[in-house]
Amino acid sequence: MLSLRDLRVRVGEREILKGLTLDVPSGEVHAIMGPNGAGKSTLSYVLTGRPGYEVTGGAAELDGVDLLGLEANARAAQGLFLSFQYPLEIPGVPALTFIRAAMNAQRKARGEAEISAPDFLKQARVCASDLKIDFDMLKRPLNVGFSGGEKKRMEVFQMAMLSPRFMILDETDSGLDIDALRIVSDGVNALRGPGRSMLVITHYQRLLDYIRPDRVHVLADGRIAASGGPELALELEREGYDKYARAA
Amino acid sequence: MVAVKDTVDQVAGLEKYEHGFVTEIEQEFAPKGLNRDTVAFISAKKEEPEWMLAWRLEAFERWSAMESPDWARVSFPPIDYQDATYYAAPKTKVGPASLDEVDPELLRTYEKLGIPLREQEVLAGVAGAPRYAVDAVFDSVSVVTTFKKELAEAGVIFCSMSEAVREHPDLVRKYLGSVVPVSDNYFACLNSAVFSDGSFVYVPPGVRCPMELSTYFRINAAGSGQFERTLIIADKGAYVSYLEGCTAPMRDENQLHAAVVELVALEDAEIKYSTVQNWYPGDPETGKGGIYNFVTKRADCRGDRSRVSWTQVETGSAITWKYPSCILRGRESVGEFYSIAITNGRQQADTGTKMIHLGEGTRSRIISKGISAGRSSNTYRGLVSAHPKARGARNFTQCDSLLIGKSCSAHTVPYIEARNGACTFEHEATTTRLSEDQLFYAQQRGLPEEEAVQLLVNGFVRDVLQELPMEFAVEAQKLVAISLEGSVG
Ligand SMILES: Nc1ncnc2c1ncn2[C@@H]1O[C@H](COP(=O)(O)OP(=O)(O)OP(=O)(O)O)[C@@H](O)[C@H]1O
Ligand SMILES: [Mg+2]
Repeated sequence: MLSLRDLRVRVGEREILKGLTLDVPSGEVHAIMGPNGAGKSTLSYVLTGRPGYEVTGGAAELDGVDLLGLEANARAAQGLFLSFQYPLEIPGVPALTFIRAAMNAQRKARGEAEISAPDFLKQARVCASDLKIDFDMLKRPLNVGFSGGEKKRMEVFQMAMLSPRFMILDETDSGLDIDALRIVSDGVNALRGPGRSMLVITHYQRLLDYIRPDRVHVLADGRIAASGGPELALELEREGYDKYARAA
Repeated sequence: MVAVKDTVDQVAGLEKYEHGFVTEIEQEFAPKGLNRDTVAFISAKKEEPEWMLAWRLEAFERWSAMESPDWARVSFPPIDYQDATYYAAPKTKVGPASLDEVDPELLRTYEKLGIPLREQEVLAGVAGAPRYAVDAVFDSVSVVTTFKKELAEAGVIFCSMSEAVREHPDLVRKYLGSVVPVSDNYFACLNSAVFSDGSFVYVPPGVRCPMELSTYFRINAAGSGQFERTLIIADKGAYVSYLEGCTAPMRDENQLHAAVVELVALEDAEIKYSTVQNWYPGDPETGKGGIYNFVTKRADCRGDRSRVSWTQVETGSAITWKYPSCILRGRESVGEFYSIAITNGRQQADTGTKMIHLGEGTRSRIISKGISAGRSSNTYRGLVSAHPKARGARNFTQCDSLLIGKSCSAHTVPYIEARNGACTFEHEATTTRLSEDQLFYAQQRGLPEEEAVQLLVNGFVRDVLQELPMEFAVEAQKLVAISLEGSVG
């Protein structure tokens, strides 16, 4: 279970998260919606340990482990994964090389043996075919020259390969065409299961038709402004965020 | 307190530079200082013929009248040439020795360095495993050269320079100094006077050298310099791939390595020359000690359609100053330069290449990857020129610099001279700082910071690593990682 208590975060001089409290129980999928600039990506970065985000108060725990005290890579080894809103390009490093290095680093941190090359390739072929990714694309430098949609698909591919325990998907649907949305959603749904949870950040109700959330939260002005079942997303689609916007 | 800190730093440095040990062995030296007697001493030690001594003495006279150059972007206190020793050799007999005659302490040294000197062991390796012949140069002399017999059967001469002067005087007289003239520059001229050892390679017409050749240079003695001299000739239609490696103990004083390497490629011949340079870089904090690597390397693509490629991985030395170059004389000859130069701590590098297009339809390609970390300075300096006759000459240059941290610097100094209207020169250059965002992305996937840096840097240098012979690429990749240890955080 992910448990956030009164989380306060500054970036530079500005307070972005202003006392955010949220629980995502193990095995559940929660959606986060909210206006541009509300702090959704900030939440995903602070949880995964990106430098430059200063936590000024509150707590964040994953299954009782204090995330905030760990390096970014140690959090990853704990099973935390972020599908980036804007995936980075890694010149000269083939996608497979990158993912294998990441996988082995995580295994090492957990005291497990490295994956053998044949096992790794077998797993990569299965995941690639599930996500309809051309295997040759995995030999190219990661994300370099990939289209917006291809980059998002590659994020989900990495997620499937690393099989994390807690997944944050930051607008993974944006940039995907209609077919890709279904393929990627199927891939994400395949990762659902007991002991695995997700936080799905999106602007579009449509995604939630494919990935059915257990709960939906509205993040506005650095706080959780409302929570409800899947019907909340439909209501937001109709009415927008007006009633959550704080009078300035 | 200061002493304690020094010790701590030195221990930390020791871990980083793993070749920094000293071999305890009896050595003999030339008397300190540099004059005509020193030159005569070296020549006598090597049992050289009269003409060789005359050549050296002429070089010495010219050098005495020259001044140390100051145009490179490196700085160091004036070198006292009288305060050094110009010849140091293990007290064993000079000349070709069989392995049984080599001092066991020396053999252990090479074992420690991971250099295969025992042919049987190399041969007993895994079936199909790459084999390569080694010339091992220890301070001023070659200790042993492996696989000579097998190479001789193919007609290939691979021996130390000293041996070549004695055994193959005609070839040496014909080619020595024909690419880098005696008084080409200050350090080359010094080298011509006092050169100690290096390798000599001759591949006869039409022969493809049956294995990789390599020379391993080791500086061991204190207070001495190393003056390597290497000469490689690929006769018509011949092919050879050659690699040099180098290391030295950690010492607080600077030591000079002033080398001259000459390559001659005749018609349709091809030479691939790779360097993995890992001289002791000096203390990363104080900048104390380390090798001054002042080197002249030049290839003459003398024959039509000949081809030379230089590949270098430069990670060591306090100061690196070298520009492996190609004179593209033959029609449609091709020169290539692939370079990775890494500077960390207080290192300074000013390196690059010269591609001199003289012949018609000549082509050249330059890929340079400079990485600067710590408080180091890294300069790419290159010249591409086309003479009036070099119609249709083409060059492509790609110069990329990567900066790690905020206290290092990178510079790119390209000179381009086209003296005819029918040539095509392309130049691309980029400078990037290792991106925090990329680092975070990799760390989010589970890679610790140092590993993330290594992965990103390996991606940056990949184009060049691919040019190295397979058996050295892995080694070079490891070296890149080690050189950058402690460069972040
Ligand atoms: N480095 C920074 N310096 C200053 N302000 C920042 C920085 N990073 C983010 N912000 C600000 O923090 C606020 C929250 O940004 P965040 O990216 O978390 O929004 P978001 O909810 O993900 O928006 P979107 O829906 O557009 O993706 C924005 O106003 C943004 O401009
Ligand atoms: Mg966002």
